[in-house]
Parts: sequence; structure tokens; C-alpha cells
Amino acid sequence: MKRLLRLAAVGVLTFMSGAAAHAEYPEKAVTIIVPWAAGGGSDATARIVAKLLEEKLGQPFNVVNRTGGGSVIGHTEISKADPDGYTLGNITTELSMFHWLGQTELSYKDFKPIGLFNADYGAIFVAANSPYKSLQDLVDAVKKDSKAIAGGGANIGGVNHLAWASFVQAAGGQEPFWVPSEGAAPALQLLTSGAIQAAVVQFPEARALLEAGELRALATLGTKRNASYPDVPTVEEAAGLDVSISGWRGLAAPLNTPDEVVSKIEATLAEVTSSQEFIDFMNSRQFGVNYLGSADFEKYLADRDAQFGAALKAAGLAKE
Amino acid sequence: MEAFIQAVGLITTPQTLVAIAISCTFGLFVGAIPGLSATMATALLVPFTFYLDPIPAIATVIACTTMAITAGDIPAVMLRIPGTPSSAAYAEEAYAMTRKGQGSLAMGTLLVSACIGGFIGFIVLALVAPMLAKVALRFSSFEYFWLAALGLSCAALVSGGGMIKSVIALLTGLAAATVGMDPLTATPRFTFGVTELSGGLSFVPAMIGLFAVGELMRGDADVRAASGGLVGGVFKGVGSTLSKYRYSLFRGAGFGTLIGALPGAGGDLGAWIAYAFSKRFSRTPERYGKGHPEGLVEAGACNNAALCSAWIPAMVFGIPGDAVTAIAVGVLFMKGLNPGPQLMTENVQNFYAVMLIFVIANALIIPLGWLAIRTARRLFSVPRHYLAGVILIFSIVGSYAAVNSLFGIVVMAGFGVLAWWFGKAGIPIAPVILGMVMGPLVEQNFLTSMIISRGNFLGFFERPISATLGVMFIAIWLVPLAIKLTRRLRAP
Repeated sequence: MKRLLRLAAVGVLTFMSGAAAHAEYPEKAVTIIVPWAAGGGSDATARIVAKLLEEKLGQPFNVVNRTGGGSVIGHTEISKADPDGYTLGNITTELSMFHWLGQTELSYKDFKPIGLFNADYGAIFVAANSPYKSLQDLVDAVKKDSKAIAGGGANIGGVNHLAWASFVQAAGGQEPFWVPSEGAAPALQLLTSGAIQAAVVQFPEARALLEAGELRALATLGTKRNASYPDVPTVEEAAGLDVSISGWRGLAAPLNTPDEVVSKIEATLAEVTSSQEFIDFMNSRQFGVNYLGSADFEKYLADRDAQFGAALKAAGLAKE
Repeated sequence: MEAFIQAVGLITTPQTLVAIAISCTFGLFVGAIPGLSATMATALLVPFTFYLDPIPAIATVIACTTMAITAGDIPAVMLRIPGTPSSAAYAEEAYAMTRKGQGSLAMGTLLVSACIGGFIGFIVLALVAPMLAKVALRFSSFEYFWLAALGLSCAALVSGGGMIKSVIALLTGLAAATVGMDPLTATPRFTFGVTELSGGLSFVPAMIGLFAVGELMRGDADVRAASGGLVGGVFKGVGSTLSKYRYSLFRGAGFGTLIGALPGAGGDLGAWIAYAFSKRFSRTPERYGKGHPEGLVEAGACNNAALCSAWIPAMVFGIPGDAVTAIAVGVLFMKGLNPGPQLMTENVQNFYAVMLIFVIANALIIPLGWLAIRTARRLFSVPRHYLAGVILIFSIVGSYAAVNSLFGIVVMAGFGVLAWWFGKAGIPIAPVILGMVMGPLVEQNFLTSMIISRGNFLGFFERPISATLGVMFIAIWLVPLAIKLTRRLRAP
């Protein structure tokens, strides 16, 4: 009996020491799912965040691009992953809109938000050889026949589409004409090849082509001018229209991920997003640094959900 | 010139040279193992680039890719299991040479044409990169659609087993590509409510299944005979083969450079179209598919030239052409070498350094490739049933790793059975892979174009380049038919 007890004690001790060794998250590689293609803005920001988290936490943070379906596939995969803290995801603006558009039931409520790390405004671009020299030219053309002006930027119902729809509406046009694509790069390819007339994308996504003189920026969709592009007016300044739609990016875990794991990544993310390396990277690519912790991010997401719902209904895109 | 000397200084540091040597060797081994792909090799190296300076970091990616893609030819020659979608274009031909006892010649020809193709690609890249990038920017969804359609037609027209059977294989691949969500509107198709299926059937496990597993199930392939085909010097007879087919060599390299520069379409399509070209313009087209090196020369050269020029849109405009360059663009950004025209104006020594790394990596193909073949030859003295076991294990690991899910293994097994069945029916399997790779591209560009032209088919003929490509496509299908018809009418 004594021997049996001793054996049991040894067993319990071994088990506990095993458990103690397992307590320190992360103890193996973590996957970060990005619902957009490699090379785009979401991919770039997720990769820098992954790299810095990896440096702080000492385990590989591998970025996996799960594209398609206008990011529905990637977002779904994040929400359905094992909530063990070893699969996280880069959630993006589109999540605020999916359910309004009836694309999927998925909403911010299906995720455990960890932190917001970026929010910024897009702009309206045309090809360098386009007849539209200023935003007012484009406004006039849209007012005349909105069906003749094809806009592009990303998927149907994405923030860029929404911005385009509100722009067309504000300009007094009829139905907006939107050509969906898998992201900014293919849309810009369509723009420079003359297949579409205008594109709504983020500045960093258009930067290389802008510097090469292939594109012209007509107006920024923010309420203020972009600090890196002080010459580009806001929509308000250029044509007296009130259109300002912002995109956001953040890190989230599947629902039911243990709180201690979430708070550990949250704390590390707070550290990482205030690091000089992160700020330098974001500045060099002109992404707006905007950090919110888990609780604030959740509130931000709830606000976005309501705002985008209102905007989508106004643009006639929401499913009743 | 000063910038060029600076560039030489940048890459002749010990760190860079060691990085190139190690990543080349790594790429060679990963690429040569059936089931493990070039993309995987490159992705695995990314974490290491964090600790390197910018130039060695990018050198790592370039060297590894170049080597892995070339090494993908080794299992294609020896086991009829291509390492990449592009080597699937000529796996059948190369393996036929091996069975004839000319495995060494096939391998040597592929290695040397790859190396020469890479060099030609480099020269073109150094001279006209910005110009070529501008041309690539003029391609819209209309042009991409026709290009993809042309590539598919080439596969249907040149694969062994006759046109009807090739078309069956191709359509099977295209049909498999429709599983999952519609690329533009995210409507689920053929998913039956299964989450794994909503992401589609990914082509890496499918390729492993079709070639590796299918081949293992066939079980009649005599690996010992194949190893017998490797007796003799690797580069014996390569010189005379290449000089005999020198036009093919240069045509392949030139064509590869052009098509590689088109983001998204280039790399995978190039070898298929080059192989088809080669057969079309050959004096002895009847020898194709039975172990004839001419097509290998053109496709091999095309492969590496395309690999080089795939970097043009990536570096000049930040538009990556394939998974590998997308990873590389990520590394460039992370290291502060932001892609864009300023890469060539502000820090031109960095641009030259990247170019020089291409030269070194291409030059290393020959000695390292030779070493790999020597090693592989030993491997084939292992009894077949042991070898089959090892290949199966690598296939399973590769399928799992490609999609990070057990579903990858299911896909692999399913396509393995399909390949076995196709083999019995004499249907070629290579076009299935091309269909799967190009399916989404065809579909997406078709839908985008139809949206832009608002449902008007004539939109495909309204832009000059698009109209030209469209007419070429129609001609490819109608001319042989018309010739046959007139012959039949003339005949009594």
C-alpha cells in the first residue's frame, strides 16, 4: 500500500512538473492566418507583427495566406481554428461588413480580439494617361453616366467598394459600377492597362506605381490629408463631398482562446506596436500606427459594425 | 559602373557567400525530394533571413528558389515525379529518355539549358527590366484570359496519348479547380458544406498524388532500369545536343523571359508553351514523347529564364508574380529594400547585387546539380520496395505541409487513385495539373473581363493585344481542323 502511494505520488509529481513545463505559452510555432494575398498591405503588416512577436516570444510566428472569397475563407478559417492560442489571425475591415452583406454570418462576435495595430484611409487613383485630371473631372463624369466609369480596388462589399459607392452617391451618380478583384495589385494592373477608369486603394499599395509615374492620385478619402502625400487634397477640399471611410487591421484569436494566452499576446503586441522598429516600418510604408488593447478593440469593432451597417444601407448594398 | 563595383563588394562578403552556398544546397535537397516543393523550401528559409543583412537575406531566397526549381527536374527524370508544375510539362519525355538508358543525357541537358536560360534571362533583365515591366503593366484581365487559354491549348495539343485524351485530362483538372468558393463573389461550389472543401483542392497535394502516389500504385516502373539509365557521365553528349538544338535553346530562353515578366501567369505556363513550340517547329515532331531531348532543351531554358524575369514586376512595381516572389517581396520590405522604381534609381547597387546573385545561383546549378545526380544514383541501388516506402512518407509529409491539414493527404490519395485509373485508360496526367493551376486564373480573368465589358463577348476583341491573342487561340484550334477537312474533301 505504501509502495502504491509512493508510486502514485511520483506519478502526480511527474504529471505536475509536466504541466508546469507546458504552462509557458508559446511552447511551439504559432500560425498567423492572413485572409489576403501575399504582397498586399494586410500581408505586409501581419508579417512585421509576426516577426516582432517572434522576437519577443521566442517561437516562430508563421504567416499563412489563406486567400479567396473576398477574405471570407481566411476569416472563417481563423474563427474555426483550435482555440489553443497556436492559430491566430489578422482580421481586417471586411469583417465589419460580411453579415450586413449576407456573405456569411461571421462577425466580430465570432472572434476574441487581441489588439488593433493599424487604421488608415484610402484614396482615389486614375492612370497617368487618364482624361480625368482632377477629382472634379471624375465627379462630373460619374454624374453624367456612372455606368461608364468602372471602379476597382478589391472585392465586392469591401471597404474600397463601399468608399466608391458612397463617392458615386455623393457625386450625384446613379448605380456605382464596381469591378471586383482579389486585392489592390490586380486592380492596379487593370487600371494601368486601361481596363477600368478609377481605383480606390490605400496609398502604400499604390506607392511604387505612383513613384513610377504610372498613376495619379486624385483625392484621399480621409478627413485630413495624408502626411506622406501633402499635395493630394481630401475629397472635401477637391470636390466639396463628404466621403470618409477608413479601413482597419488587427490581431484576433478564435473565440474561447484561454484568457491568459490572449493577455500574454496582448501585452506583447502593445510592446511591439510601440517599438521603434514597428513604427519605422509602418512609416516607411505609410501605414497608420493605431494600437488598441483587447477590450478597446472589441468596442471599436462594435462601433465599426454599426457604422458600416449604416453606410452599407445608405449605399443600397446591405441585405435586408 | 561605380555602383556595379559596389554591388560586387556587397555580395562578396563572407556572410553573403555562405548564405548562397547553404541555401543553394538546401534548395537542391528540398527540390529533389519528390513531394517537397520550391515554395516550401523558400518559405522555410524566411525565418532565417530575419537574422541576416538585407543582401544575404535576399540572396538566400533567390539561391534557394533557383536551385529548388532546377532540382525539381531530378525526380521528374528518374521517377516520372515532377517537383514543380513546370517540370510536369516534360516529366513524361524525360522519363522516356531514362527508360531508354539516356537518363544522364536528359538530366545533363536540363541542367545546362536551365543554366544558360538563367543567364540569358539575367542579361535581358539587366538591360530592359524597366521597359519589360512597363509592357507587363499593359496586360489586363482580357489579355490574361487569352494567355491562359493559349497555355491550356498547348497542353492539350502536345501531351502524349492523343488530343481527345489530353482534353479529357485537362478538363478534369479545370473541373477540380472549380471546387471551393467562386473567386469573385465567394459563392461556395461543390463544397457539400465541408469547410476544407470551401478553400478548394490545392494543387500541391494533388500533384504529389497524381505523380508520386500514382506512380507507386502503378508499380510497374522499373527503378533499377532507371538507375541503369544514369550510368555514364552526366554531361556526356550534352554539348552536342545543345549545339544541335541551339535555336530551341535561345527561343526557349527568350520566350521564358517574356512570359515570366507577366505577374501571375508566367512561371507555370512557360515550360508548357515552350515545349509545345518546340514540338511545333521541330523537324522531327514524331519523336516527341518517346524520349527526345529537343523539347527538354527549350522547356528547361524557358523555366529558368522565366524564373529570372518573374522578379521584374516584383522589383519594379511591387507586384509579385507567384508564391515564391511574393515571399521574396515580403523579405525585401522587411529589409528596407522596398520594391519600386527607386530601387533602381536611389540604391542601384542593391539592384545590381540582386542581379549578381542570380548569376551566381545559376552558375552553381551545374556543379551542385552534378553532385545531386551522383548522390541520387547511389540512392537507386536501394531496393525498390524500400525506396517506394520512403517516397510515400515524403509524399504524405509534403501533402500535409502544403495545406497544414490532414485534408491534404486525403486530396493526395484521391488524386493518386485517379492517376492510377487514368494510367490504365492511357490518359496523360500532366494536363490535369496544368488545368488545376490555371483554372482559377482562367475563371477569374474571364469573369472580371465579362464584368468590365458588361457581358459583351466582343470585349475580348476590342483591345489590340487581346484581339491578337484571341485570334491566335482560334487559329491554334481551327487551322489543324481546317487542314484535315480540306485533305478529306480533296481525297476521293
